[in-house]
Amino acid sequence: MASLVGSRVERKEDKRFLTGKGRYTADINIVNQTYAIFIRSPHARAKIKKIDTSKALKSSGVVDILTGEHIAKDKIGGLIAGWAIRSEDGSEMKCPANPPLAKDNVNFVGDPLAVVLAESLDEAKEAADLVKIDYKILEAVTNLEKTMESDAIHDGIDKNLCYDWLLGDRQKVKEAFDKADKIIKLDITNNRLIPNAMEPRACVIDYNTASEEITCYTTSQNPHLSRLIMSAFGGVAPENKLRVVAPDVGGGFGSKINLYNEEIVCSWASKKIERPIKWVAERTESFLTDTHGRDHITHAELAVTNDGKFLGFKNETIANLGAYARVFGTVTPTYLFGPCATGVYVMPAAYSNVKAVYTNTAPVDAYRGAGRPEATYTIERIVDKAAIELGIDPIEIRMKNFPTEFPFKQTLVHQIDSGDYVAGLNKAKEMSDYDGFVARKKESESRGKLRGIGVTTYFEACGIAPSPVVMMLGCGVGLWESAEVRFNPTGQVTIYTGSHSHGQSHQTTFAQIAADELGVPIENIDIVHGDTDKGTFGMGTYGSRSLTVGGIAIVNACKKIVAKGKRIAAKMLEVSEDEIDFSNGEYVVAKSNKKKTIGEVAFASYLPGVRDEVKSPLPEGDEPGLIESSFFDPANFSFPAGSHIAEVEIDPETGNVKLDKYTAVDDFGTIVNPIIVEGQVHGGLAQGIGQALTENAQYDDTGQLITASYMDYTMPRADNFPEFNLGFTCTKATTNPLGVKGCGEAGAIAAPPTVMNAVINALGGREIDMPATAEKVWEACNEMKKTNSEAA
Amino acid sequence: MKKINVEVNGKKITKEISDHTVLSSFLRDILNLTGTHIGCDTSQCGACVVHVDGKSIKSCTAFAADIDGSKITTIEGLTKNGKMHPMQEAFKKHHGLQCGFCTPGMVMSAIDLLKNNKNPNDREIRDWLEGNICRCTGYQNIVAAVKEAASKM
Repeated sequence: MASLVGSRVERKEDKRFLTGKGRYTADINIVNQTYAIFIRSPHARAKIKKIDTSKALKSSGVVDILTGEHIAKDKIGGLIAGWAIRSEDGSEMKCPANPPLAKDNVNFVGDPLAVVLAESLDEAKEAADLVKIDYKILEAVTNLEKTMESDAIHDGIDKNLCYDWLLGDRQKVKEAFDKADKIIKLDITNNRLIPNAMEPRACVIDYNTASEEITCYTTSQNPHLSRLIMSAFGGVAPENKLRVVAPDVGGGFGSKINLYNEEIVCSWASKKIERPIKWVAERTESFLTDTHGRDHITHAELAVTNDGKFLGFKNETIANLGAYARVFGTVTPTYLFGPCATGVYVMPAAYSNVKAVYTNTAPVDAYRGAGRPEATYTIERIVDKAAIELGIDPIEIRMKNFPTEFPFKQTLVHQIDSGDYVAGLNKAKEMSDYDGFVARKKESESRGKLRGIGVTTYFEACGIAPSPVVMMLGCGVGLWESAEVRFNPTGQVTIYTGSHSHGQSHQTTFAQIAADELGVPIENIDIVHGDTDKGTFGMGTYGSRSLTVGGIAIVNACKKIVAKGKRIAAKMLEVSEDEIDFSNGEYVVAKSNKKKTIGEVAFASYLPGVRDEVKSPLPEGDEPGLIESSFFDPANFSFPAGSHIAEVEIDPETGNVKLDKYTAVDDFGTIVNPIIVEGQVHGGLAQGIGQALTENAQYDDTGQLITASYMDYTMPRADNFPEFNLGFTCTKATTNPLGVKGCGEAGAIAAPPTVMNAVINALGGREIDMPATAEKVWEACNEMKKTNSEAA
Repeated sequence: MKKINVEVNGKKITKEISDHTVLSSFLRDILNLTGTHIGCDTSQCGACVVHVDGKSIKSCTAFAADIDGSKITTIEGLTKNGKMHPMQEAFKKHHGLQCGFCTPGMVMSAIDLLKNNKNPNDREIRDWLEGNICRCTGYQNIVAAVKEAASKM
């Protein structure tokens, strides 16, 4: 049987999606269900003086209206930050309580404070309009730069500061800077983004009055984690009485990591009213209340020698947490950001200092890449600026500072096990026809257009691990993953994984690796995920961890199956184990024609005695059945890396930026399914390019989100992109048996600096912030014309 | 309330509906055809595209009461005798979908493109699909799928 790892296997999940048979949360209806509408604050910051539900309660079809008072009375807990981060002075971070329904204060537009439950959606909406709320409106804190001087939003949190965190050595950095020929300085903002999974969040809750079990169907990237938080912190029900199912989920990109207010409220309310409840977000609700991403202001400095060697780096960042700290909110701008800010370079000294602050905006949490895009944007922008100021080619300055030996101890935290950054950049240079740029620029100029080229080299730290280190750094849970492989008596295999697929194609990729391990046809392997009642505990999918952590748990469980099978086969074949080889699903006695298939072994393991009336094929000490599980906790992160090169053409008359060419060369270690990996790269690129050119979540001074619909938030569309030119290099990860590294976030990490470096190159070094909208670019073009005419 | 007679995926249907029931809701909530998805509230995302009398429309923008007498095809109606439509096959072959949420609208829209333009180039495909948002694929494999389907249809 040919190896499936490395093959372009078509997806097993596609048929149901293509024929309209996907089953997403909003597709689920339960007999006798009620409909929930959440009443949300229209103000960014206000005190709730009074909620009057009397008229609304009498409205047609209303079953109940529940407020923050009710939920507080029932002692239902709220949402939490998953990582405890300490400040440089050793003090603990400061987090406000985040009740599922606000009782006293609302802190962002969209903050929920009551829920209307009615017989129909229309009736729920009509009643919601009749709920009268008396607010005392307070001045909203929305300006990130001025947040620390503004009113404290939350009681007891001075300067709105969650923590003031430091990683690195200030003294060493000072010494390095003292020796520098030149200090390159850069001030940038990393624009706030809204993840915008195409499926809006939703939940359907079914409380069973007989078993007292709550079933929560929800749009989650990690149903087990949601169950844990809802039970341990929400106190909604004990874990054994709470089933969380994340069926087909239409994209997540980080926004569906968190457990949200609505799931807690509807689960609690369903038990209270003893009826099922359905809630589906409208798109504007998603814009207002899904966790947002990025939103940093950074001042960075790079100390260099005149010949372009890096001596030291400092990074001073203010990170916006929004109104509350959520699951990955506090770690994203610290351990996922700070260590990566020195990029792929040998950097003798460095520090990252991050002040995370609260504002009256939606909570900010992990979004595709989470911290690593912000880090890569910072270092890759400043490296390009150094190249400009020193008059060195951007590729040359990068090559000068790459590590040449692996493992490479990166300055701040990471021990990078494998990589070859020189090979990647050389390949990107060749594939993008870097040397032909001058001619293309000339050709663009002949048509009155400006052309620019941009380069980025990145690394990513994904599959966060190992658990003891992760927990030492402040994580509330271990970040292992589980798998259970069940061989059915009749030969098919069912695999339960704690990873969750919401587009990542686990049903195919995981089946490929199991097919290779077990020698079973891929058609006979089913991957089951997303239901806390079906699978072992799982940590879910984010941070490009599914294959590197969850996939390896499957490999390890398969290896246990093969080992037990070998013991059984040896007994059946009446030879010793070391006389047996296992390959292609067969246990073969060396130099003989004696063999048993793994299917025969599985059958015998469940029905000892059927084949052989007296003797059991089970070796002494082995129990019947062929089921094995594994919890895999990698020894380290995995470190994919790559080099991307983009070319843009700008029309100086309109400021319109056309992305003309995009080349991505990535090293993901072993690639299990190239067609799926290419798709992941394409998708990441589209989001990264979206950040660079079109997307921006904009609040006004009063805290109103003025980009709360697809009419206002510029989602990238098919006509925004050229055909991406993809290439791969391969250095295998040494920390897992497949040699795999994560691939999901690469594009979103590398694309923003690649595109912006190209835009800035076209603008003759004039700096603009993302997104490079026509207006900003047009202004820069006018400035350029003015400077040029003055010079002439 | 209004009584409408329509043909949905080849099946004649008579239903009493309220005047403000939109077509997407009629399909999903009344006929239980949940393959048509709702991704926004401003007629921008295109996840709800279906064919009415052979033309693609965003079903969230049409009142069911206004399409009385029409023939409607949804994603569920493309498969004939267990065989997927060439567009569906092409999406599978080229990995033109990931989470699958935008897919029904994307497929229905792409089929209508090929009715209007039998052999579209990349630019024409990208321009046509401007009204369908996909957050997963970066569109590249969707374009490849549409080109493949054009060669097969």
